[in-house]
Amino acid sequence: MTGLVALLTSILTITLRAGTSLIFGTVGEIYTERSGILNLGIEGMMLASAVTGFGVGYYSDSALLGLVVAACMGGLLAAVHAFLTVTMRANQVVSGLSITLFGTGLASFLGERLGPATNNHSLVGLIGPRFSPLVVPGLSQIPVLGALFRQDPLTYALYVLVPLAWYYLYRTRFGLNLRAVGESPLTADAMGVDVIRIRYLYTILGGMLVGVGGAHLSLAYAPGWTENLTGGRGWIVIALVIFAMWNPLRAVLGAILFGGINAVQFRLQAGGTTIASAYLNMLPYLITILVLVAMTWWEALSHRVGAPAALGVPYIREDK
Amino acid sequence: MTDGIRPLTVSAPVLRMRGITKRFPGVLANDRIDLDLYRGEVLALLGENGAGKSTLMNVLAGLYRPDAGTILLGETHVEIDSPRDAAELGIGMVHQNFMLVPTMTVAQNIVLGMPDLPIVPDLEEIHRQIEALSNRYGLLVDPQAYIWQLSVGEQQRVEILKLLYRGADILILDEPTAVLTPQEIEELGHVLAAVQAEGKSIIFITHKMGEVIAFSDRVCVLRQGRVVATKRTAETNPRELARLMVGREVLFQIEKAPADPGETLLVLRHVCADNDKGLPALRQLSLVVRRGEILGIAGVAGNGQRELAEVITGLRDIKTGEILINGRDRTSSSPLQMIESGVGHIPADRMGMGTVGNMAVADNLAMKSYRSPPLAEYGILRREKILRFARSLIEAFGISTPTPQTPVKFLSGGNIQKTILAREIDACASLLVAVYPSRGLDVGATEAVRRRLLEQRDAGRAVLLISEDLDELLTVADRIAVLYEGRVMGIVPTASADVETVGLLMSGSEAAELDGVTSAPSTVGAF
Repeated sequence: MTGLVALLTSILTITLRAGTSLIFGTVGEIYTERSGILNLGIEGMMLASAVTGFGVGYYSDSALLGLVVAACMGGLLAAVHAFLTVTMRANQVVSGLSITLFGTGLASFLGERLGPATNNHSLVGLIGPRFSPLVVPGLSQIPVLGALFRQDPLTYALYVLVPLAWYYLYRTRFGLNLRAVGESPLTADAMGVDVIRIRYLYTILGGMLVGVGGAHLSLAYAPGWTENLTGGRGWIVIALVIFAMWNPLRAVLGAILFGGINAVQFRLQAGGTTIASAYLNMLPYLITILVLVAMTWWEALSHRVGAPAALGVPYIREDK
Repeated sequence: MTDGIRPLTVSAPVLRMRGITKRFPGVLANDRIDLDLYRGEVLALLGENGAGKSTLMNVLAGLYRPDAGTILLGETHVEIDSPRDAAELGIGMVHQNFMLVPTMTVAQNIVLGMPDLPIVPDLEEIHRQIEALSNRYGLLVDPQAYIWQLSVGEQQRVEILKLLYRGADILILDEPTAVLTPQEIEELGHVLAAVQAEGKSIIFITHKMGEVIAFSDRVCVLRQGRVVATKRTAETNPRELARLMVGREVLFQIEKAPADPGETLLVLRHVCADNDKGLPALRQLSLVVRRGEILGIAGVAGNGQRELAEVITGLRDIKTGEILINGRDRTSSSPLQMIESGVGHIPADRMGMGTVGNMAVADNLAMKSYRSPPLAEYGILRREKILRFARSLIEAFGISTPTPQTPVKFLSGGNIQKTILAREIDACASLLVAVYPSRGLDVGATEAVRRRLLEQRDAGRAVLLISEDLDELLTVADRIAVLYEGRVMGIVPTASADVETVGLLMSGSEAAELDGVTSAPSTVGAF
């Protein structure tokens, strides 16, 4: 019995740890998409943020400073996306994919150039500062759920951020404005809401959250920098946004699902299973796709409204 | 409302627009327009499509910035750069396409974007305020309902409430009656009276003479971006207004010989079909069209008209029921099979579905006859024959185009519609399905379209005319079937039809309760 509890506790601990970067990214992208902007640049933004976050942390010996710079990196790339899509009215898919290509290349480049001469200018393999798990005395001893209190500060931040993100979106006038801009920018404009400003604001804010997600990877989850550190998490985030039906609370469910399968397959690998590791590594992605397809199908059947109606559509006021 | 008791011109105008000019690429939409509005009056802004009414009001509502001109509110000069500016000045507009977020509630839509809204709005309190307001003006609507759950008429009430909630003193309504049943139009009249009684002013955009007479105190007529006249409504009449609006005498009636219906051509029996969202759009719909008659389809937009046309033209599958053309079963036929059975289609969306904008007028005209000789031989198009064919249609239908090779998108709306009519009438052997054929056309083109439809009828073809313009149906059709929620509520012979009966059917009243109306199934049984 105690063995099982210990196993579950450990799986939940890893699940939350693996899910944290996804929740930051998903909540960020939900806010961006709620304003009507689709940002497919998440993968590149996460990578670029992860590498700059780690680099800055390494030299300053401050994980916090690394985190702040990573958030700014995410915000900066998102601002480029906002400029291209909101002001220049570029195709959002093309712009987002370019951001991913650019961010991925930039991350590799910085990873091989920013490091100290002693390491051949590479950041790979270095040990830097990190956000270590803080075990809350007492609470962490609760069977299984104690896992909630054996996390790093960024995960703890989510306990506040996620409900706040939900409340802001559905209960405040700012959230009302944001949702209106994503659903019907023309209406929002006619009601005196500044569509352009809101789209910039939430695209950049979303990018900053994605940057924090990236920093969590290089400063907490798998401290350090390696090529392709994200392992496609940026794309998982885009899938999770749909899974979450653009609701921050449901983003947690999706991230836990993905993180949970990850944790289980780690345990299986560690336990020396005979299944080839390639298949186990594939598992979280495969299940994400299956769940997504099933979900979308079910939502379509039940006629629920999902995506913001104006998602991906540029807004032009004097449309005549 | 037209009593003229109020001393309208004694006080100074609350609003003065002076020399408003607005250009769009290639169009002078507003040409030095002057407009006055007095306290507590209803001003009708009358004009044809493209006369510049909506543009002028969009300038006033802050959506468009004028190229020249000034706006005075009372004695103060105002710059209205955004809808928010307009709202702060007490000016609000109900647009023709409603500005509502469908996934939000009535209350959320009403308070959206209000500058003095608390960060966390107290929805309970807002609901109470909205209820109080709706009772005061007779604008009944549930503040907690989602917009997508509401009928078009209810959505319009939300739009008006939105303005009143913000304390607007000048309300602009852009063609508010276009989407309403006659009864709803009457209710709107009561609302306007209540609003007016509080000293608020209303500008009412329309192109319908009847509404000008019924609702307005004064009327301002626009033509081609200019003000051609401003009159007291009590001192004018529909005939004069029509002349001012069009710029020439207008005949209100087209002469029409009595119908001589022949054999049954189209039969729909208990047809059920879904709309694009997968919800039922046609429910057990049955109707019959004979040769030599025009069957009009009336109804508020969105009650299955579009799906009905698509089912008959093979563009939409039916779930149950059957379709017979010329006595032959055409249930679940493809569009091509329907064309080959002699069905012509004048679609509602003339640019999207009716024509290929970038292709030449000649190619658009040949689009239904190109498959076989003489226009094509062994699958190869004969260009010179297509051109000759096009020239003959262009002449016969009076299509005004620089050359047959001109891309059709450069033609005016009326000429595009004539191009479609020419193609469909030329190719169509027996049944013509016309959906909103005169929508957005000027008076001249409308007349031409209606004459063509009657011509087809007199030539022994059957016409199914779907229209949202009751006057058009009463002028052109021989019988009118009224659609409500995908059902035929009743069929009225035009000779004995009156607007009120049709209006009641449009709002879903049962035919059995009304005199002189045949309910649908018995008509089907009778053929």
